[in-house]
Amino acid sequence: MKRLLTLFAVLSMGGAQLAYANPELQKIIDDPNQWAIQTGDYANQRYSKLDQINKDNVGKMQVAWTFSTGVLRGHEGSPLVIGDMMYVHAPFPNTVFALDLSKEGQIVWKYEPKQDADVIPVMCCDTVNRGVAYADGKIFLHQADTTVVALDAKTGKVVWSVKNGDPKKGETNTATVLPVKDKVIVGISGGEFGVRGSVTAYSIADGKLLWRGYSMGPDSDTLIDPEKTTHLGKPVGADSGLNTWEGDQWKIGGGTTWGWYSYDAEENLIYYGSGNPSTWNPSQRPGDNRWSMTIFARDADTGVAKWLYQMTPHDEWDYDGINEMILTEQEMDGKARKLLTHFDRNGFGYTLDRVTGELLVAEKYDPVVNWATEVVMDPKSEQYGRPQVVAQYSTEQNGEDVNSTGICPAALGTKDQQPAAYSPKTELFYVPTNHVCMDYEPFRVSYTAGQPYVGATLSMYPPEGSHGGMGNFIAWDNKEGKIKWSLPEKFSVWSGALATAGDVVFYGTLEGYLKAVDSNTGKELYRFKTPSGIIGNVMTYTHGGKQYVAVLSGVGGWAGIGLAAGLTNPTEGLGAVGGYAALSDYTALGGTLTVFSLPN
Amino acid sequence: MTRPASALPITLAALALLASAATAQDAEKPDNITAASNENGRYLTADGVPTYNVAPDGTIDWLTYSGFRRYHSECHVCHGPEGEGSSYAPALKTSAITMDYYDFVDVVTNGRKKVNAAENSVMPAFGQNANVMCYLDDIYVYLKARGTDAVPRGRPAKKEAKHEAIRQAEADCLGH
Repeated sequence: MKRLLTLFAVLSMGGAQLAYANPELQKIIDDPNQWAIQTGDYANQRYSKLDQINKDNVGKMQVAWTFSTGVLRGHEGSPLVIGDMMYVHAPFPNTVFALDLSKEGQIVWKYEPKQDADVIPVMCCDTVNRGVAYADGKIFLHQADTTVVALDAKTGKVVWSVKNGDPKKGETNTATVLPVKDKVIVGISGGEFGVRGSVTAYSIADGKLLWRGYSMGPDSDTLIDPEKTTHLGKPVGADSGLNTWEGDQWKIGGGTTWGWYSYDAEENLIYYGSGNPSTWNPSQRPGDNRWSMTIFARDADTGVAKWLYQMTPHDEWDYDGINEMILTEQEMDGKARKLLTHFDRNGFGYTLDRVTGELLVAEKYDPVVNWATEVVMDPKSEQYGRPQVVAQYSTEQNGEDVNSTGICPAALGTKDQQPAAYSPKTELFYVPTNHVCMDYEPFRVSYTAGQPYVGATLSMYPPEGSHGGMGNFIAWDNKEGKIKWSLPEKFSVWSGALATAGDVVFYGTLEGYLKAVDSNTGKELYRFKTPSGIIGNVMTYTHGGKQYVAVLSGVGGWAGIGLAAGLTNPTEGLGAVGGYAALSDYTALGGTLTVFSLPN
Repeated sequence: MTRPASALPITLAALALLASAATAQDAEKPDNITAASNENGRYLTADGVPTYNVAPDGTIDWLTYSGFRRYHSECHVCHGPEGEGSSYAPALKTSAITMDYYDFVDVVTNGRKKVNAAENSVMPAFGQNANVMCYLDDIYVYLKARGTDAVPRGRPAKKEAKHEAIRQAEADCLGH
């Protein structure tokens, strides 16, 4: 009965979405045979209704074909499939290929932008790009140098192009874009360069700037209504993005927007999170530093914020809040609710009411998380919604030039951008995670435009007394806030997951395995070692009536920096054993798309 | 966030002078590692090139310790922890040994590009970045100590006190 109710809620809401969203795009998104945007759907569920490949036959899966991107560095994101065409992208120089699936993947067109190579070192952590998006006959590419370009999906010709930022000031891009109605929603990177984050809506038709909302600054910049915009149910008041900062620090305040975007057509709200405040030295920026580390719900047409929730006020650990917001319709405490579930870098899995911004659940999704004891859930408490920071792990309280040790998670978070998947069949979230802790020593730094603005020294290592690996792949119940099962992994799981109606969940590993597991039990059903480590996201589509599963391999990104040579062993000499393994012992560079199917 | 403009150019001018002196010294190849002198807490080779020093009880010089901190703030997001290299940027613990000091300084100050069909490798110019330039010798000697394994991975345990001359030079460079 519960399942039926949920299903009904999904169907009725799906119907409502058709009426409001971009109708052509919504139709393609709703068709499981195609994959039109990086997140699979507006809800960011990464769930496919396809079930030809299922838990009974996935063990027989084989490689159908492969494709080299010709680029060596980290490959994030995934290809798209629109009809007979597949669109494959690469990291810098951000090549895009259109492949004709009806002609065995023949290259129909290739687009390679000319970009100043000076953008490469301004990108914090490798030259990754999380992929293109489709809408209205156009392929949208947001290049490393922040040029947003609309390409004719049939010919690859540039329809329009617009500059979203300035790499000379450290503004770059790694994210995909989200087409919504007549707009394309675009973020920005550069939190380690003192960039002030913003989200911008451009017209799909001609690239005209329609609105831009900053993460901090006066209300006119942040598009926050002091009376109507709420934080945990209360109006935020005037200039909330200014009065939690000292002096002009907000102008170089970070809060960049390099993660994923989701959209609820019925509420007409887009959801995303903002990144770390700059610098990493908390003593240089007293105050809560609003609205860094915040979940935003903005009106898609005007950009005005409806509600906000700051997860980590006054960050002291680089726990960016940019991870995806997964939208679900579930029954909770006997009520059908529109939920938003978010696995934050700070190690807490949050469940909120996405209409009101009410906080429902905040629980640790890795038991080793120790920087805070809990998030206060009592609305009457002055501390409502705030994490309770443990003094020992507070880099602010310990002060500048003091090394705080044993903080879990590390700066790369219990999970970074690598997106989780959700199956409405199991009502479970499948989450790729990091299992890494750190020492963190902040110190004073000066700001120079276009130069790194970090101000902390870090060492990272696996948690003491754990399985010795640096990652887990977990199944999470977002209503109870509990881990249902957890698969230990040698390295951080840095690949986006995919759940399907075939009761299978797919994910990639840094050694390069594509794995398929049973969505109910986590039992491994299949693995194949691709040419390089996987930091891309798994997707699925059909062609000629046959289901395919595809993933980009090509190691790099944050994982390629921290893990390439293996992490520091803080207890070396104390007889510690385990997985302080170097990724370079397992895999090497190179971008390849691998496409799987069942044998004929 | 603000810094008087005067301090950094002085440092840069001094570096330029050092760089021009480099070619004359390339003829012979003396020991580039062993500390021959200690000038106010800064250790130098017989050729006057900055180097690290590890005392018999394992105490390391201040600059090497400082270099550990600065490296992990400014360099490690591309070059990996402890100079070990990343999936795309070279292991600087090796570069600090194989490269001449003055070439090392030149690449950090002015940057370097290797962009071709096989590589998209770009070292930015840090010449205007006080957080790097004021600690260039610190970073260099730390990487050298890593390259010879004189200092193991992880946080150095015992260090010399910070000499007043080093404190003064730092303040002058940063313009504090």
